[in-house]
Amino acid sequence: MSKISFWLQRIAQLLIVLLLVTFGVSLLLRLLPVDLATILLPVASEEERVALRAELGFDKGPIGYYLQWLGNFVQGDFGKIYFSGGTEEVSDHLKEAMPRSLLLMIYTQILALVIAVPLGVLSAYRSGRRADKIISNSLFALQSVPGFAIALILVIFLGVKFGWLPTLGYAPISDGIWEHSKHMIMPVISLSLGLIATYTRLLRADMITALREDYVTMAASKGLSDSRILWRHVLRPSSMTLMTSAALSMGGLIGGAIVIESIFATYGVGFEIFAAISGRQYIALQSSVAVIALFYVFFNLVVDIASGFVDPRTRDRRVNA
Amino acid sequence: MSSLLSVKNMSINFDTPRGSLEAVRGVDIEIPAGTSVGVVGESGSGKTVMCRAAMGLLQGSNVKRSGTVIFDGHELTAMSKEEVRNLFGSGMAMIFQDPMTALNPVRRIGSQLSEGLRVRLGMSKADALVRSKELLELVRIPNAAAILKSFPYQLSGGMRQRVMIAIAIACNPKLLFADEPTTALDVTVQAQILQLLRELREDLKMSMVLVTHDLGVVAGNTDYVAVMYAGEIVEYAPTTKLFADMRMPYTEALLDSIPKIDHKSGTRLAMIAGRLPDPTDRGAGCSFAPRCKYAQEKCHKEHPELKKDPDGHLYRCWFPIGVAK
Ligand code: SF4
Repeated sequence: MSKISFWLQRIAQLLIVLLLVTFGVSLLLRLLPVDLATILLPVASEEERVALRAELGFDKGPIGYYLQWLGNFVQGDFGKIYFSGGTEEVSDHLKEAMPRSLLLMIYTQILALVIAVPLGVLSAYRSGRRADKIISNSLFALQSVPGFAIALILVIFLGVKFGWLPTLGYAPISDGIWEHSKHMIMPVISLSLGLIATYTRLLRADMITALREDYVTMAASKGLSDSRILWRHVLRPSSMTLMTSAALSMGGLIGGAIVIESIFATYGVGFEIFAAISGRQYIALQSSVAVIALFYVFFNLVVDIASGFVDPRTRDRRVNA
Repeated sequence: MSSLLSVKNMSINFDTPRGSLEAVRGVDIEIPAGTSVGVVGESGSGKTVMCRAAMGLLQGSNVKRSGTVIFDGHELTAMSKEEVRNLFGSGMAMIFQDPMTALNPVRRIGSQLSEGLRVRLGMSKADALVRSKELLELVRIPNAAAILKSFPYQLSGGMRQRVMIAIAIACNPKLLFADEPTTALDVTVQAQILQLLRELREDLKMSMVLVTHDLGVVAGNTDYVAVMYAGEIVEYAPTTKLFADMRMPYTEALLDSIPKIDHKSGTRLAMIAGRLPDPTDRGAGCSFAPRCKYAQEKCHKEHPELKKDPDGHLYRCWFPIGVAK
């Protein structure tokens, strides 16, 4: 199998996943035992509701409805949010929320990896000894504290007691890097602590396995220092699980940071979904979920590509498979 | 003849959940400069552990090592890890059984080969690559430039073993530990690799410790042979002497287990019946007694000490072969 056909096949697989997920959500909507038009327009005449049903495709079967939604979605029309006073575009909401969520996710990942990788390397290197035990136990303790509790502790100390950081809201980068960071620090810390524990543990386990390999003894017999062996010889072949886990958590961070986004009023995509559910904005919900699914799939693809660089064997295995 | 490597009373214990595992028990061995010494035994006899420990490559909090190792005038067992490391590459080097697992799977041959040159000899990147290509040519690898850019999994087993030899000899070591260098290879490639090692030893004036389970490999490639069983040296003699006039029943059994050329294809390898004794619970008598066809009552009760013939031939047996009882 050539490289190109491998990637075409991979992309086709991911597209099918996307179609199945979005169709599933669409079908669920249609199975709700309610009249969607009545929910979206609670105070309206029957004519207006009939018009809405026709506009959104509620009068068609589930497949017809899905195809219509899909057609709009790929053209960038994500549907509307319905208020008593009128409508707003879902895409406008996501345009606001997406950069917030993306930046939150990127900072969180960077912080988590910057801390977890050295910790993982160190605890694998000293496995079973004191440093390892201290790291493992503190991470375990940390992981048993839920993110929102950490967020609240941060708010109480950094926000209220010392007044160093704003406790609410978001500032875009255009307001200045400092302003932007001040609003991001606490949400990012709250989100990353759990990840640090997970990442450290994954990397530690894989590195301990790798450290038993002959190529490590071989590297040592060349007279290389321990730190060179760890960073140059062991880290890369041990980072596959970590990479996969990081990619999966990216999708989760974009849509799943609902609690933290609510505490700090960051109002990212997670919050949009929460608002769509509580406000019964089903079209907004359907489109937002689709956007998150897109990100999941995208990050999966990124890991596929990256793993070929991290471990060249996977590259050829794919081609020869 | 002065000794390049001298191991005195070395014992290695591993702490395991089942108790202390005695992998090596009071081994003494000398490697005279300019010679090749074979260390022969079944897997689990402690020969690999002994070599790695001699070089200081055994790591882990559960390893206990005692005894002294003197290499080229340096008492390794009294030196720090960093000081010992400075002897690697140019003093001692090692090649491993399976080059597939002993080469880093995700790094190119060129970077693995030039690394030692840069770290140990302080060469520049460019110089190290030039030298790497020469080294590949030295181990008779055709098309060296392309191989430098390859990953280990893209080469054949024999090629990989040549690459590993090139890495090991890169800094011109005085002593090469070769740990089952041909076991993972098929027979024709085995012969080529042994031939290559012989030539390199000659050209580079290198001593060698050849670890193998195969007495056939030792013949013709070594000057002396130490036979190990259950963590102990049970026989030591010049290679020709050992084959002509062996003392140990275990050595005889090992020799009998080599498949003969005239065996019809399909005949199974003659194995020594029984297994190695449990390394966490060595009995009181001779370790080989349960499997030895000459064993007598005394063998099960008393542990034989190493005895020395007037010509220096060492053996550890109450009822040695070829000695008037
Ligand atoms: S001491 Fe006894 S059991 Fe051990 S090898 Fe000699 S004859 Fe066999």
